[in-house]
Amino acid sequence: MAELGAGSLQVGDPALNYQERELNERLKRLYPAVNEEETPLPRSWSPKDKYSYIGLSQNNLRVHYKGHGKNHKDAASVRATHPIPAACGIYYFEVKIVSKGRDGYMGIGLSAQGVNMNRLPGWDKHSYGYHGDDGHSFCSSGTGQPYGPTFTTGDVIGCCVNLINNTCFYTKNGHSLGVAFTDLPPNLYPTVGLQTPGEIVDANFGQQPFVFDIEDYMSEWRAKIHGMIARFPIGERLGEWQAVLQSMVSSYLVHHGYCATAMAFARATETKIQEDQSSIKNRQRIQKLVLAGRVGEAIDATQQLYPGLLEHNPNLLFMLKCRQFVEMVNGTDSEVRCFSTRSPKSQDSYPGSPSLSPRHGATNPHLHSTATDSPTCSNGVTSKNKSHSKYPGISSSSSSSPSSPSSIVYSESNSTDSTKSQPHSSASNQETSDGWRRGENIVPPSLLQKHCSGFSADSEMEIEAEHYTNGVADSSSARIMNGTYKHEEILQTDNHSLDESDQPRQLCGGNQAATERMIQFGRELQALSEQLCREYGKNPTHKKMLQDAFSLLAYADPWNCPVGQQLDPMQRESVCSALNSAILELQNLPRQPPLMLALGQAHECVQLMARVRAGSCSFARLESFLH
Amino acid sequence: MACMLEAPLRISVLSEVTATSRHYVDRLFDPDPQKVLQGVIDMKNAVIGNNKQKANLIVLGAVPRLLYLLQQPTSSLELRTECAVVLGSLAMGTENNIKSLVDCHIIPALLQGLLCQDLKFIEACLRCLRTVFISPVTPVQLLFTDPTVIPHLMSLLSRSQRTQEYITQIFSHCCKTPEHQMILYNHGAIQNIAPLLMSPSYKVQMQALKCFSVLAYENTQVSMTLVNVLVDGELLTQVFVKMMQRDRPIEMQLTAAKCLTYMCRAGAIRTDDTCIIMKTLPCLVRMCSKERLLEERVEGAETLAYLMEPDVELQRIASITDHLVAMLADYFKYPSSVSAIADIKRLDHDLKHAHELRQAAFKLYASLGANDEDIRKKITETENMMDRIVSGLSESSIKVRLAAVRCLHSLSRSVQQLRTSFHDHAVWKPLMKLLQNAPDEVLVMASSTLCNLLLEFSPSKEPILESGVVELLCSLTQSDSPALRVNGIWALMNMAFQADQKVKVEIVRALGTEQLFRLLSDPDANVLMKTLGLLRNLLSTRPHIDQIMSSHGKQIMQAVTLILEGEHGIEVKEQTLCILGNIADGHTAKELIMTNDDMLQKIKSYMGHSNVKLQLAATFCVSNLIWNEEDGEEDAATAHKGDDTGGNPVARGSQERQDKLREMGFVDILHKLTQASDPNLCDRAKTAMQQYLA
Repeated sequence: MAELGAGSLQVGDPALNYQERELNERLKRLYPAVNEEETPLPRSWSPKDKYSYIGLSQNNLRVHYKGHGKNHKDAASVRATHPIPAACGIYYFEVKIVSKGRDGYMGIGLSAQGVNMNRLPGWDKHSYGYHGDDGHSFCSSGTGQPYGPTFTTGDVIGCCVNLINNTCFYTKNGHSLGVAFTDLPPNLYPTVGLQTPGEIVDANFGQQPFVFDIEDYMSEWRAKIHGMIARFPIGERLGEWQAVLQSMVSSYLVHHGYCATAMAFARATETKIQEDQSSIKNRQRIQKLVLAGRVGEAIDATQQLYPGLLEHNPNLLFMLKCRQFVEMVNGTDSEVRCFSTRSPKSQDSYPGSPSLSPRHGATNPHLHSTATDSPTCSNGVTSKNKSHSKYPGISSSSSSSPSSPSSIVYSESNSTDSTKSQPHSSASNQETSDGWRRGENIVPPSLLQKHCSGFSADSEMEIEAEHYTNGVADSSSARIMNGTYKHEEILQTDNHSLDESDQPRQLCGGNQAATERMIQFGRELQALSEQLCREYGKNPTHKKMLQDAFSLLAYADPWNCPVGQQLDPMQRESVCSALNSAILELQNLPRQPPLMLALGQAHECVQLMARVRAGSCSFARLESFLH
Repeated sequence: MACMLEAPLRISVLSEVTATSRHYVDRLFDPDPQKVLQGVIDMKNAVIGNNKQKANLIVLGAVPRLLYLLQQPTSSLELRTECAVVLGSLAMGTENNIKSLVDCHIIPALLQGLLCQDLKFIEACLRCLRTVFISPVTPVQLLFTDPTVIPHLMSLLSRSQRTQEYITQIFSHCCKTPEHQMILYNHGAIQNIAPLLMSPSYKVQMQALKCFSVLAYENTQVSMTLVNVLVDGELLTQVFVKMMQRDRPIEMQLTAAKCLTYMCRAGAIRTDDTCIIMKTLPCLVRMCSKERLLEERVEGAETLAYLMEPDVELQRIASITDHLVAMLADYFKYPSSVSAIADIKRLDHDLKHAHELRQAAFKLYASLGANDEDIRKKITETENMMDRIVSGLSESSIKVRLAAVRCLHSLSRSVQQLRTSFHDHAVWKPLMKLLQNAPDEVLVMASSTLCNLLLEFSPSKEPILESGVVELLCSLTQSDSPALRVNGIWALMNMAFQADQKVKVEIVRALGTEQLFRLLSDPDANVLMKTLGLLRNLLSTRPHIDQIMSSHGKQIMQAVTLILEGEHGIEVKEQTLCILGNIADGHTAKELIMTNDDMLQKIKSYMGHSNVKLQLAATFCVSNLIWNEEDGEEDAATAHKGDDTGGNPVARGSQERQDKLREMGFVDILHKLTQASDPNLCDRAKTAMQQYLA
């Protein structure tokens, strides 16, 4: 994240030239594990860390000798701006000999901070060099060892530091010369030293393509490290591992409310599920409401099922209410939907739900009972099932992982107090059915995020979340309505530009009464904010949330405005996961599934490896194991 | 049938065991086809992984029956398939099993089976064929006897991944000669197999790759075609380069490198192409590293040696890559002393590969040091290098001896090494021993090395002479092999250079004039050149010239005339004119030319030849003929190896000779030559003219 920030900052700079952009790109590609905010990469020679006989030019990449060059006492070196970060795994730079000068006494290598600069690299402790005049390598010693060929004007010498096994080899004109040093200490700086007049060398820290194919060498080590991980011996503990893995998968499914999948998994693996099945379904239902943009109903359901939860968690409540307001603008919240009859979107997808609720209420006195669903609904779902079967619960659990840590972040908790919820009671009429299949069809939060990028198949998934309401609403008309509705939705989630060509979206679905209700709700929200402020003091996060939400009204077309991002269905996910975590916590269950915890820990471990200079972290990146 | 012959003997030994086996065989003869099928299936389950059971069934005659069932058109497809599976399983056993199967004519039967339409049956047949053909005991020719087989196999390539894997594996094992290469090539092997390099199956990819390596080996036509082949819009060479990426399996990297090496050696890829210099060569050097398996190291070193053999630039690059020279020293450390006690299995493995490793290292050293003096120095400075070569020369394995002598030969091209390390380690001793009785290929290398050791500056020359080498070399000149004749006469030539009269006489005696003149009419131009060289070296210094010419003058003059009149290259004629020049330098020998007007006319015409070298040599000859007695110094001859001059010409003779030559018009020609554009020729003509002025 951090390096991304640094990178984008520089890309935004108009003064940035082509070469620097190429450098950034190459460094990012070569050393993806390096966090440049913590450990910057060497990009040039340091004008501060050099002997006076050294002159720098050409953006501090060219080094020339400007001393007398009488004897070895006139030797002079320069270090790069930064030491080589261990997270590089494998680090490489090249030096081109522009001119060998009088005698060609040039040394290329590495040295630690503080090593005397009135010397050639390799002569002193913590200093290592390869010298052009005799081709010898100098390992912290005044006498060299025969190492490689000599080098002179026109040659390109490369120096590669392997931070996994702490060795170093050189290259000459793209040919590897073999290991020169072993047991290297950490934090070495690229270093060059010159000794006679006329000697000029140019460095390439990634500004240009390297002569040597370093990426090929890296690929070998990546394969090695991956092989090591894949073949990590677990010996006798195979059974133990399996049990752990199973419970991780199971708890993940439960956490996200994939009830039927979790049950099926438990059956197949003969394991038990901690949480009560009905409880899982409740959470699942609430999550679905949030993801469908029907936050008001979600709040109602939460209050009925988990009394006290929101009262003790005003921050969460506020967040939910803000979201509800946004969804009202969007025209998706039930409080505004019930008004609209004109807008094709809201009309089709949500026809007269209040009028239907009594019926359901009558047949299902218990809110969380399993539903008796209309045939159309289950039909629709089952027919869809096939196209979704490639995202079975288990695989989606792994696919969702990379983005999940972000969903954990929403955790601020505080307690007490409640606000009056809307006297609206449609929460009961939405019911899940068809457990196992339903479970598969729920869009896992991150899948949604991932797939919103593009295909109609993906947007279908999102429809799914709302689809079942149709079934509930009216079985006779649902089929036809489904058709038109589906079409609309695809366009909507696909791309805003596509949508515009069709029909402009309207505030609160374009219904006057709905708009008034929204304004009314906004006032209530404002009041709630003020109340919270009085009770708990100022909260800048709340203020920002409120401001952003209200800003939507300032634009004629809220979907295409600077704060229009909020209307994106993807934004529901964070709210959804915060609510889910809070419910789980209330039941003394982990607010985060162990799988995510393990993932987070692995992620931290890899970062920790970089800090303790274990170079293999570069090739043990989590991303390469999560597909 | 062969597989039946041994039966009685074995049955007596194995009677107990075979009781159950017999039951399996008996069931194959059941009249109920359903029971036969069940019998075959049971047999299949019984033989899997059981070599003893396989041997028993073969002894009991199961094979002919299975083949009969397999070929019988009335057999159900299922039965035929199961028969092929059982046969395939039997083939997986020992080499003896394979022999028995081949003796029962399993190959034509299975090939016939491939004409069936059923894929499962075809796959079972191919699997069995594959197992049979990859065995070293199967004659590969059996694949090529029926000309319809190869095209049919090509057509089966599209059927399934299994057919692809088996067929390409059969091809890569059976393609052993240029004829085989051309048969496969002409039946579209390249177009049919190239797409398989992109197969999702690793096994298919690998077998396809192996096919290309055997197809391209020493075959220019195939290699030239390969460089232009596109696979998925990508050049084949680029596909191979990708397969050499360092994260690919070692086997794949190595085989891809072999393909490119063979294409390069066949002339289809230049040695300075990036894909050779930057990819193939480093890849092969990596294969020599200690991290690789012993087999891989052997193959890597041999391939690398082959790749860079003719190219000094590649040799230079390899010599600095990854400490290759030092890396190779490790090849001599097997079996290592630690492995011996610790692990018997490892010791066995090491022992098995020790010879292979050593010969591969010697080969690679030979290639590395073929041209560059600095590399040779680096090699000889490697730890115990010379000792290793010396002991390698007397190893029991002929492969190692040959490789060691190749290595020695390569290093013997170095003047410095001849003077130092060669002498210090008395390499001539094992070399002489090697020459006593060795196969021709070793003899060629050894005698060639000996040539270098006999160069005049080599300190080994003396001891070799004393060891009675002359007879040996003379016998080599009578060999049927031109290479050996050349080396024999070459060594004699080097030996005669600036040698004592005693040595020269010994050479002439041992060789015999008859043999000498036979060599002068040798069909091999190289032999002729070296023989002339020997003659020239023999005819140096006046006393030697006169002595030899007095005894063999007539024959020599005859031979010279013959060569000058014959159809020979410039170099041969030049060498002959030089001999004439040497003769002209003798006291009495001169007269053999002066009295031969025909010869003088020839010399005159060569002075006006279009080739400067011949003009020079002829002028040199004339110059010697007209030389004044007072003037003892002669510079012209110093340009020639073996010419030693100075002495006392017969004083009164020079004037007469000058007059005669003037009459014949030589002075005019010399005068003309003083205006020649070539400075050497001009100088020489002037020097000659001065003799007239003096």
